Formats: sequence, C-alpha cells, structure tokens
Amino acid sequence: MESLIHGVEGFMYPNEIELQWSILIVLYPYLTGLVAGAFILASLERVFNVEAVRPTYRLALLTALAFLLVAPLPLQLHLGRPERSFEMYLTPHTTSAMAMFGFVYLWYLMAVLILEIWLDYRKDIVLMARQSTGYLRQLYRAMALWSDNISERSLEIDDKVGRFITIVGIPSAFLLHGYVGFIFGSVKANPWWSTTLMPVVFLFSAMVSGIALVMLVYMVASWKRGTLMDMRCLDTIARYLLYTFIIDFALEMLDLVHRIYEADESFKSLDFMVHTQLYVPHILIQIVFGTVLPIALLGLVQLVRLSERLRKGLYVTAGVLTLIGIFAMRWNVVIGGQLFSKSFLGYTTYKLEFATREGLLPAIIILLLPFLVLWILVRLLPPWEREEPAG
Amino acid sequence: MPKFPKDTAHLVRMAALFLAGLALFLIARVLLVPKDFHELGHFRTGALADNMARPIAFAGREACESCHPDIVDERKGSRHAAIGCEACHGALAKHADDPSRLKPVRPDAQKVCLTCHLEDVAKPKTFKQVNPQEHMGSAPCNACHKPHHPEMA
Amino acid sequence: MGIDRREFLAKTGKFILLTSAAAVAWDFLRAGRPEAAPNYKLQSHWWAFAIDIEKCIGCGNCVRACKTENDVPLEPYYFRTWVERYHVPNGNIEHPEVDSPNGGYDGFPVRYTPGDGSKNFFVPKLCNHCAHSPCTQVCPVGATFDSPDGVVLVDKTYCLGCRYCVQACPYGCRFIDPRTMTVDKCSLCYHRITKGLTTACCETCPTGARALGDLKNPKDPIHEFLRTHKIQVLKPQLATGAKAYYNGLDGSVR
Repeated sequence: MESLIHGVEGFMYPNEIELQWSILIVLYPYLTGLVAGAFILASLERVFNVEAVRPTYRLALLTALAFLLVAPLPLQLHLGRPERSFEMYLTPHTTSAMAMFGFVYLWYLMAVLILEIWLDYRKDIVLMARQSTGYLRQLYRAMALWSDNISERSLEIDDKVGRFITIVGIPSAFLLHGYVGFIFGSVKANPWWSTTLMPVVFLFSAMVSGIALVMLVYMVASWKRGTLMDMRCLDTIARYLLYTFIIDFALEMLDLVHRIYEADESFKSLDFMVHTQLYVPHILIQIVFGTVLPIALLGLVQLVRLSERLRKGLYVTAGVLTLIGIFAMRWNVVIGGQLFSKSFLGYTTYKLEFATREGLLPAIIILLLPFLVLWILVRLLPPWEREEPAG
Repeated sequence: MPKFPKDTAHLVRMAALFLAGLALFLIARVLLVPKDFHELGHFRTGALADNMARPIAFAGREACESCHPDIVDERKGSRHAAIGCEACHGALAKHADDPSRLKPVRPDAQKVCLTCHLEDVAKPKTFKQVNPQEHMGSAPCNACHKPHHPEMA
Repeated sequence: MGIDRREFLAKTGKFILLTSAAAVAWDFLRAGRPEAAPNYKLQSHWWAFAIDIEKCIGCGNCVRACKTENDVPLEPYYFRTWVERYHVPNGNIEHPEVDSPNGGYDGFPVRYTPGDGSKNFFVPKLCNHCAHSPCTQVCPVGATFDSPDGVVLVDKTYCLGCRYCVQACPYGCRFIDPRTMTVDKCSLCYHRITKGLTTACCETCPTGARALGDLKNPKDPIHEFLRTHKIQVLKPQLATGAKAYYNGLDGSVR
C-alpha cells in the first residue's frame, strides 16, 4: 500500500487513492459490447432483409453467445464476495442500475439469444441428432427438447416466432449495452462518467466493435477453412461498420466539444489528465489509431476502386485497429474515471499487476476464452451450412 | 389442457422449460432470501441489530466521572473541563467495566500536550499554541502546568 | 401440470402481497431490537452531525479514536473519518494546497510559515449520512441502506464487494475492508449512539469542533448551531441531502 501513495500527485481523498474498478471492469463492457454489436449485425439480415450479410448470420449469433457466456466471468472475479452474487437476483434493488442489469442480461441470454439460435438451428439439430451416436446424440436430442418434428409447417412456425424474437431482440440488444453505459453515466459523483451521452456512446461503440469482430471472425474462419470469402458480404459489413463508426465518432466528438466549451469545475482536472496520463490510451490509441485511421481506411474503400486483395487487407487492418480502439475507449472510461480525484486537486496511478485475481493474466485469459467457446459452438452447431462451398 | 397442434409441440416444451426455470427461481427466493428482508426498507432488518451490537472501546466521560469525582472537581473552571477524559487517556471501556483489571498508563505529557498545543498556522488564532523551544526549552509541559487544570494562576 | 402451475402462481402472489404488507406493518413493531439496544426507538431520532471548522485544531484525536473504536485497518489508506489541511495562498480559492498525511492519524507536520498572506485551516471529513444518498441508491442488493433514524449503514453479511457504492459516493467516504472484502464506512458509531453515548470522534475531540446531533430532539444543541452560524454542506450542487453541517466552510474546500 505504501507504494500506492508514491503514485499520487496533488491531493486525493484518502480512500480514493486505490482504484476500485480494475481491468476486469474494463473487460465487462467490452465483452457485452461485442455481443450487442454482433447481434445487431445478425439482425440486419433477419429483420431488415439485408441479404448480403447472410453468410455471417449464424456466425454472428454464435459469436454473440460465446461472448455473452464469458461476460459474467470478469465480474465474478472482481467481486469481493462472489459467492453472494446470486443476491442480485434474489433481492435486486430496483433503484440500482447494476441490479436491474442482471435481469436485462438474463432476459437477453435466455429469451433472445438462446431462443433465436435454437429456432434457427432446430432443423439442423434434429438432423444431427438423427445422424450421430452415443453422447453426442443424447446432447443433440436434448438440445432439440426431444422433438423430432421438422415438418414444413413446424419450420414455418419456427421462422415466424424467430422473426418476432429478433424484432424484440434489437431493442433488447440496445438495452443490454445501453444499460452498461447507464451504469456509468448515472453516477453524478463522477464528472468523467456522468453524462446523458454515455449510454448512447457506449451503444454505438459496442456496435462498431461487434461488427468488426464478426467481420474478422468470418475472414479468419474462411481463411482457415480454405473457403471463398463472399466479397459482397464483406463489402456490405465494412460499409455498415463505416456508417456506425461515423456516428460513434460524431457522438464522442460532441461529448468532447461540449466539455471543452462548458468548462465546468471538473474540466481543468480532466483536461490535464487527458493530456498526461491518458494521452497514449485516449488521444493516440482510441482516437487517432482506433477511430480516425479505421474510418479513413474504410472510407477509402468507398471512394476508390480497390482490388479484392487490397480490400481484404484494409478490412483486416481496420478491424483489428477498431477492436483495439474500442478496448481503449472502455479503458479510458473505467480507468480514466478513477485516475483523478473528486476533489479535482490530484491524480493517482493504476497499478496493473500480472498474476493476481484482477491482474493482466486473468484479463488475457478472459479475452481468449470466448474464442475457445466459439470454437466449441462452431463444432457443435456449424454455421457454414448455407455458405458457398470452396471453389 | 388444450391439445396443441403437433407442429408446435417443441415450442410448448420450450415454454414449459422457461416456466420451470421461473418456478425454480421463485422457490429459491422463498428459501434463500433472509426472513427479515424488506421490513423497513430494502435491507435486512437484522443489519440494524448487527450494527448496534459492536463492541465499545471508549467508555465515555460520564463513566469516568462516576468513579473519579476528584478529577471532576480538579477540572472545574478549566478550559480542559470540556475535553473528554479518553481524548488524552485513550480508550478505556475495558477499564470502566473492570477497573482493577486494566490499569491505564499515565500518558506522556509532552506527547499528548503537543498533539494539540504545538504551534501551527492552520490552527485557530484563539487557540493556545506554543513553539516548544521558545516556550519551555527541554522542560516537560507538566513541570509548570497541571494537565487537569492547566491555567496558570 | 396445470394444478402445480396455479399453486405456484398463488404462492407467488401471496408472497408479493405479504412482503409489501410486512413493510408497512412491521415498521411499527420493529422499534429497535431489545437485545441489541434496550429502549432505543428508531422513530424518535434523526441523526445529523455538526462540524465547526473554526474550532478544529487538526490534532487527529478523532481519526485515531475512530480507528480504535471501529477496528478500522491501520494500514493506509482506509479511513472512516479523516482530517484535511487547507492552505489557500492569497485568497486563491480555486487553487488551494491540500494535504492529509495518513488521514491526519499522526497529526500534521508543520509545513506553512505564518505571515505569507495565506489562509490555513483544518477540515474534518466523514460520511455525510445523506438523506438522499447516492450510495444506497446504487447498491444492487440492499447491503447498504438508510436506516429509519437517518444513518447510512452497511450490512457486512450481505455486501458483495462490487464497489459500486464506493464509486457513487461524491465525498470519498467509502472503502473496501481488505480483511472481509466488503465495504466499510463511518457508521456514526451506531453501536454507541443507540445506547445514549456519543460517537468516538466527538468523545475525543478536545475543542468541540465535532458534535453529534439529533434533529428530532428539540433540546439538542445542533438546532442552536444551525440557527446561529452560516451553515454549508459539502458539494451542495449534487443535492445529496448531506447531514454533516459545516460552519466556516471556505469556498476552497472540496
């Protein structure tokens, strides 16, 4: 603890010196954001009939599910008493955004994502149940709820219900990540967090990250499987990524300009922080390399005719930069919001350790885990059925 | 139960699964939520009693004065009469409960006096404060001042 | 299947009804738990705190007493209460120099020389036991709450250690006790005030800079204090309903 005091510049209330929310709490909005974004991409096809992105429909859903399943893990690791976490469901405090979010999460997982995946895959699950043996057969039969009915009529009904669920799912996805933004945005004690724009900014940056993720996963999967990448699909996804990015950037700039213009009591302190401690994560990583550069690359593709090979390269670059940039955004909000004193007279530092409960190592593991889950899901429920075979 | 068309049987099963989950949740609620929760507000009433039941370390001046009326007399008329005994003598609830068991140690006059009376520009001007070197050199404070009635005649 | 469903619905309905009815009915029965604090009636008190900055001498008695009374970890930096020293050079209230070495536990080393045109004073800080506290608003489970007698308390057996309340407190009063990994903060010495004693910090304050007050007691000196001084609370613009009332709060105080 002694060493923490050396990281303090100026004055901080004594209890503020140690950061409360660590990298794990940076991860949580990052993961749920990817979920919301991936789902909205999937919804483009189902609800808005953007046929071009069909090849990524199932992949997007599975990606969303993989990340949503891992999302509670950083929270559990962070809690002082994780064994009491069920209390949030038993005695939720209705004035607490965090408590109500538990139900939003549950609703989204059960009533939207799992149902939609189940309904879309049901025919294939039944077919796979018929074709497999042993434990796998039991698993597929259980997943089909021991129903063997894949008649035309039943599939028609599935489709109708699925469509309805997707329609309900879109505001649910908005709620899922808007709520996370609200958890921060409603804290009047913290001027870095407290803004009406927070849920909206979180949501749009979530969409950006989710779309980029699905795009990258699709490209990597196609490359590994040796199948053709559907360029019409990729180009469409990239276009939607660009549009969403522009809105996201506009919102973030609006927040920035607004703060600079109003220059309230917190401004000097926050401004100093952004120019010193947050210079690299905020200005360089989030804004320059994580937003402006991807927008420029994606915009270039819209303005100039480029070869397929070049476009793929740009998409990969833009996608990776986007994912890093949106992670930086979460970092800047969560960690940045705790680096300055609420007295506006000082700053502290964040000590990120490596192999502790809230250290870098568990953070890396948590980031990799969804890909492992996705791999399992893809093996269990191949999303490639409706794709063009390798040419 | 109305007969559902065969083609929706799987949907009915899914709905049943959801209801079963809901039922389990409600059962869990009844079993696991503390019985005294939400009686006076969104909290466990027993928490009030928990907070009330902590051990006491400072006896409070009334407890001291009930056994030490001689000191009360000594302090009459002094500015120090307004100060609680344990402010200088430390936490003494254990002594008050069983006076023979824990004999309090006489505080080091120098240390305790200067805690308050060391000159500092942030202290109110009306408060008596000294620069030890100028005021008494190396002599202890109680060479001239009685701690319970420090005013000099 | 159908009968079970109906039964469950009935049980749930009854449960919800009972809980809401209980909240009203038990309010009258639950006037203190005799075994914990005899004769203490929750409804008869509304606790507040009076701080007179013009009397504080920065001796640190309150910080030490609190740590002793409430078993607060001595390892810095966890404080239920602490003292800050302000140095306002030449009336520049926007840029004070503030320090709180170990929260004031060991007093304050002499730092400023007199006669440099500055204003210097001490400010004791503690939980403000807000009437509209943002910290209890955000607790997801009800582990921190407003007691009916105006004290913001923590239920250590129920707290998850999520730290949302620590983030929501504008005054920096809360911390996580590293021994239990649950939240802790000033409880206004609830275990003392419900037995007719005053708080440990007030007991050991030599100048009367800190004083516990019961707003529901017409004879309590806090009424006189509030009436005869220019009173302010910390961060009034956040409308927390803070009940720690300061006399002599300078514009430089954060």
